[in-house]
Amino acid sequence: MNFKKQFKEGLLTKNPVTVQLLGMCSTLAITTSLFNGIGMGLSVLVILTCSNILISALRKVIPNQIRIAAYIVIIAGFVTIVDLLLKAFIPALSENLGVFIPLIVVNCIVLGRAEAFASKNTVLASAVDGITQGIGYTVALVIMCVIRELLGSGTFGGGLLNGGEGIRIIPAQFPAMQMVMPVGGFLVLGCVIAGSQWLMKHLEKTSKKKEAVK
Amino acid sequence: MEAIFGIILSAILSQNFILVKFYGICPFMGVSKKIDTALGMGMAVTFVMALASAACYAVNLLLVALDLAYLQTVTFILVIAAIVQVVEMFLKKSVPALYKALGVFLPLITTNCAVLGVVLVNVQNGYNFLLSVINGAAGGLGFTLAIVLFASVRERVNRSECPECFKGFPIALITAGLLALGFMGFSGLKIF
Repeated sequence: MNFKKQFKEGLLTKNPVTVQLLGMCSTLAITTSLFNGIGMGLSVLVILTCSNILISALRKVIPNQIRIAAYIVIIAGFVTIVDLLLKAFIPALSENLGVFIPLIVVNCIVLGRAEAFASKNTVLASAVDGITQGIGYTVALVIMCVIRELLGSGTFGGGLLNGGEGIRIIPAQFPAMQMVMPVGGFLVLGCVIAGSQWLMKHLEKTSKKKEAVK
Repeated sequence: MEAIFGIILSAILSQNFILVKFYGICPFMGVSKKIDTALGMGMAVTFVMALASAACYAVNLLLVALDLAYLQTVTFILVIAAIVQVVEMFLKKSVPALYKALGVFLPLITTNCAVLGVVLVNVQNGYNFLLSVINGAAGGLGFTLAIVLFASVRERVNRSECPECFKGFPIALITAGLLALGFMGFSGLKIF
């Protein structure tokens, strides 16, 4: 087991959003302010880690034929817990994210990791996988949020910094409202994925060059 | 009557499930490479959404009566999974041609956010039985419209040239963004 490798995979080479293309719905829908992005990312991180641990612990008990149904029930249980906790302690976040918190149940990241990783690996490795993939998801969301918020409302850290207003970077009359609307979500995600593809090719090239020099 | 018309219009155009509300992006991206599979997927989703809206309305009444409303998410996903399973078995027996055409996409409808999304929205907005079913069916039609439009654009985009790093997924997302820009024009259509 290699934690460093897992971490690199979750963050870049197997990032759930930019490479595996999982969980696009929430990525596109809620990335309008930094507060929403971090909140959603952390919720998924917690749910993913918990469900990975439990599914991995039960992997020898659950019969193969009904495993998907069993996974969904386990995930739905954790999602309900997080949903109720958010409603009780951070109602503002719960209101912003709305129906997308219960929709984590059908977020392909959680089910995808359960099927691809947790059902085959030890509890510890699955827990680490949940955390690293969750961090990768959160980072991707935060990048989307920062770009969209800056272009769309001209601020940074909306909902978190400066008493919830965010720090104004572009004067109020200039930002393009479209960027915080659905259009912006598609365009920015397209560019972010293109950027990550370029970055990975670039890294591959440089590492090949290094090997050639050796 | 006015409310019904308003729900239909907003679910198909101004509040389109995919391009405005972002429910069901995964099948939208995954099954949109050819027009005919996109159409088949759209029809199947529409059917399941209408059926799930009806079933979950009844189930929700039961949950509320038993004071178990916090179990909504868990129960709804199970109901949807059961419905998809039943639809799959029914199609296999009675319309084998359609069953074959849909293939692997049928079981995948369970994890389509659009289905769970419409059910949760129905409950949150407190729609009655008729409005829930209409919202489900109209949402499905909106889904079909978006995915068929997108598939027809994508067939052409795939044959044209674009920068290396934009190939495949990124350019498809940009295309979807331009479609969403078009659908923004409908946002002025407010009946309520």
